Amino acid sequence: MSEVVLTIENLSVALPSWADRAFAVDGVSLEVLHKEILCVVGESGSGKSMMAKSVLRLLPEPHVRVVSGRIVYGGKDLLALLPSDIRAVRGGRIAMIFQEPMGALNALMTVGRQTDEVIEVHTRMRPAERRKRIVEVFGDVRLPEPERILASYPHELSGGQRQRVMIAMALALEPALIIADEPTTALDVTTQAQILRLLKELQGRHGTAILFITHDFGVVAEIADRVAVMRQGKLVEHGPVSHVLRRPQHEYTRALIAAVPSLTPRHVARNGLVQSAERSLLSVSGVEKTYASRGGRFALGRRPVPAVAGVSLEIGKGRSLALVGESGSGKSTLARCIVGLERSDRGSIVLEGIDLAGLSRAKMRPYRKALQMIFQDPFASLNPRWRVADIIARGPIVNGTPRRTALDQAAELLHLVGLDPKAANRYPHEFSGGQRQRIGIARALAVKPKLIIADEPVSALDVSVQKQVLDLLDELRTAFDLSMLFITHDLRVAAHVCEEIAVMKDGVIVERGPTSDIFAEPQHQYTKALLASVPGRDWQQQISATRN
Amino acid sequence: MQGFWGRFIGNPRVALSLAWLAFIVGVAAAAPLLAPTSPFAIVSKPFSPPFGDFLLGTDSLGRSLLAGLVHGARTSLLIAIIATLAAVAFGTLVGSIAGFYGGIVDDVLMRISEFFQTIPSFIFAIVLVAILAPSAESLVIAIATVSWPPIARVVRGEVLTIKAREFVQAAVVAGQRDMAILMGQVLPNALSPLIVTGSLLVANAILIESALSFLGLGAPDLMSWGFQIGAGRAFLRDAWWLVTVPGVAILLTVLAINLVGEGLNDALNPRLRDQ
Repeated sequence: MSEVVLTIENLSVALPSWADRAFAVDGVSLEVLHKEILCVVGESGSGKSMMAKSVLRLLPEPHVRVVSGRIVYGGKDLLALLPSDIRAVRGGRIAMIFQEPMGALNALMTVGRQTDEVIEVHTRMRPAERRKRIVEVFGDVRLPEPERILASYPHELSGGQRQRVMIAMALALEPALIIADEPTTALDVTTQAQILRLLKELQGRHGTAILFITHDFGVVAEIADRVAVMRQGKLVEHGPVSHVLRRPQHEYTRALIAAVPSLTPRHVARNGLVQSAERSLLSVSGVEKTYASRGGRFALGRRPVPAVAGVSLEIGKGRSLALVGESGSGKSTLARCIVGLERSDRGSIVLEGIDLAGLSRAKMRPYRKALQMIFQDPFASLNPRWRVADIIARGPIVNGTPRRTALDQAAELLHLVGLDPKAANRYPHEFSGGQRQRIGIARALAVKPKLIIADEPVSALDVSVQKQVLDLLDELRTAFDLSMLFITHDLRVAAHVCEEIAVMKDGVIVERGPTSDIFAEPQHQYTKALLASVPGRDWQQQISATRN
Repeated sequence: MQGFWGRFIGNPRVALSLAWLAFIVGVAAAAPLLAPTSPFAIVSKPFSPPFGDFLLGTDSLGRSLLAGLVHGARTSLLIAIIATLAAVAFGTLVGSIAGFYGGIVDDVLMRISEFFQTIPSFIFAIVLVAILAPSAESLVIAIATVSWPPIARVVRGEVLTIKAREFVQAAVVAGQRDMAILMGQVLPNALSPLIVTGSLLVANAILIESALSFLGLGAPDLMSWGFQIGAGRAFLRDAWWLVTVPGVAILLTVLAINLVGEGLNDALNPRLRDQ
């Protein structure tokens, strides 16, 4: 039996009086063993982050505080330590990696100096020794040219490199335990796969225990040794990864696993690709959009940044196309050009025979009805000062529907997207993320569009909610005979809703075809890399094999 | 969670300040009843001390100090509030257009507002009143002219951030017109910083008005607190109450408005305060 590194005993963390429940963490007991990766899985609000933060006493006190329980490390209760003693543990014996590396690094200091600071505070090493150690750990986390990276500022590095620096900082003092709070959630899929591989490898080599917080069962399947599932502050199930993932005992765990979008395409392209022009609804050809990066008010010369570099695609009536790519691939810019929020520099965007590219905002207005958009962030996409009914009815009213009729239709639409029509008189803040996204969908449908452009509509939602919203979109698409352009970074999501996929990289489409073909035989190098990076791929294939 | 009013009124400083302001507004509104004679009327011998025939005594010409104070409240508050409303209206217009349209429009409007900000505001106000000839209207114009640029900057900043939010893009996609988006979607969400800045501006306007009146640039036919201080300053050692009483009135009112403004800020952004 391996020894225990950290013991959490009956931990309860109280929330402030105005929160929706009394405890963020409610009587949780866990052990992290030597040389293991323990994954804590749960949806947002399950208390998993609060639990991780209470280990290093990083809770936002006094509103959120530990009310009972012990956290034992090295024979001592961390919760009872003096502030000076807990500082010695933080960073030195237990290190933490955060979700957003840009926010966790100081923008005004070179990353080398920041790493140096960690070592300086905790050891008596001389500057030359410290420098040697930094170069060593930077090499350890596979940062190219450690000497050069050392002297870089955070903004000069990519997201993946920044997260590697964070890991290097955590490793610098060879801690016994690393707490990683969703360390790959803000990263692209391919980068995520690299970071996960790196963590697993480093953990094996250094023998560090890792407490890994995540919401993604795919990630769990990639790296975990043991899994703990949390729901509303309580531990519902924990055990070795093979047991929990293959034979989940608790109902909630089973529901969560079932909600992970499967890699098997659901939609088989009916009668092949769109060929004839008359069946095509939207045809985009040679669209380019270049941003002039403004170096600052007095900067001489502007560096053009091509976001979309000549893209052509076609969407047939009643079809759905997924545009898949990582951040910075230009997929969102293309969507914004099509829907008319940006003007493309070149190329044509033809909707039912009318070229929309180059129309001014006023001339574009009559065609807006046909194209509607569903936005990514359900918290930013609804005006907080408007009632839900007004939000949904606004589009039809602008387009000439009498107010009374529009409001009645809004109530019907609410029913259609699975909300109580009584919701019409409430304000957006009273709804959860998934419900808000349903309101956003109702708003898009209100003007009876022909094409819906959905820009990462589920990436801000929890897995279980994600599935419900995807199913709803799929249902409505058939019911309203809609075409859909679905923008996503997640191949699993694309497989769930679209019969065709176009893969975009650096402003161009590198591969396009029916979903089933792309999944079975990816042609382009990049598509292969994307597919290989889907977390938990092997596990999912095993499950679907047993299901069938 | 407590509502806005709970947080606002529950703050003891705000409650006290509001009570004081309500008292001042009440006095200003009832001025003709409380002191029926003109505040410029000579009612007694000069320099009679307080708590004699007249509650607060008389000034160098035998005018009742209390009557002056009551009518002065009226002048100071009216001028300050009207000037602030004008400044807020103009500043909001400039700021929202600059923020919403961006680009060259933004550059031009913001350079103009910077031009106003670079001139020392009190000297600018003196020059304006001197050019326009002292009167209540020119005081309002002068105070509004030196007060609108901060409002424009606050509104512009808010509009810039709100404009980038997705619900504004959703309105564009729905086909709403620019003005409807600006008025219906953007500005209502910029209201809370605007209310806070506006309320603090009232205090500032009272100070400018008093200072101008002190220098003799106030409205000649209206009694005001600044004018009372200006008239009494030569007799500071002989008749201390002539300067002290209106001075304390200005102090308390400005302090109360600032506390209410701060309370509004805390109540509208409860999270900021806890950090």
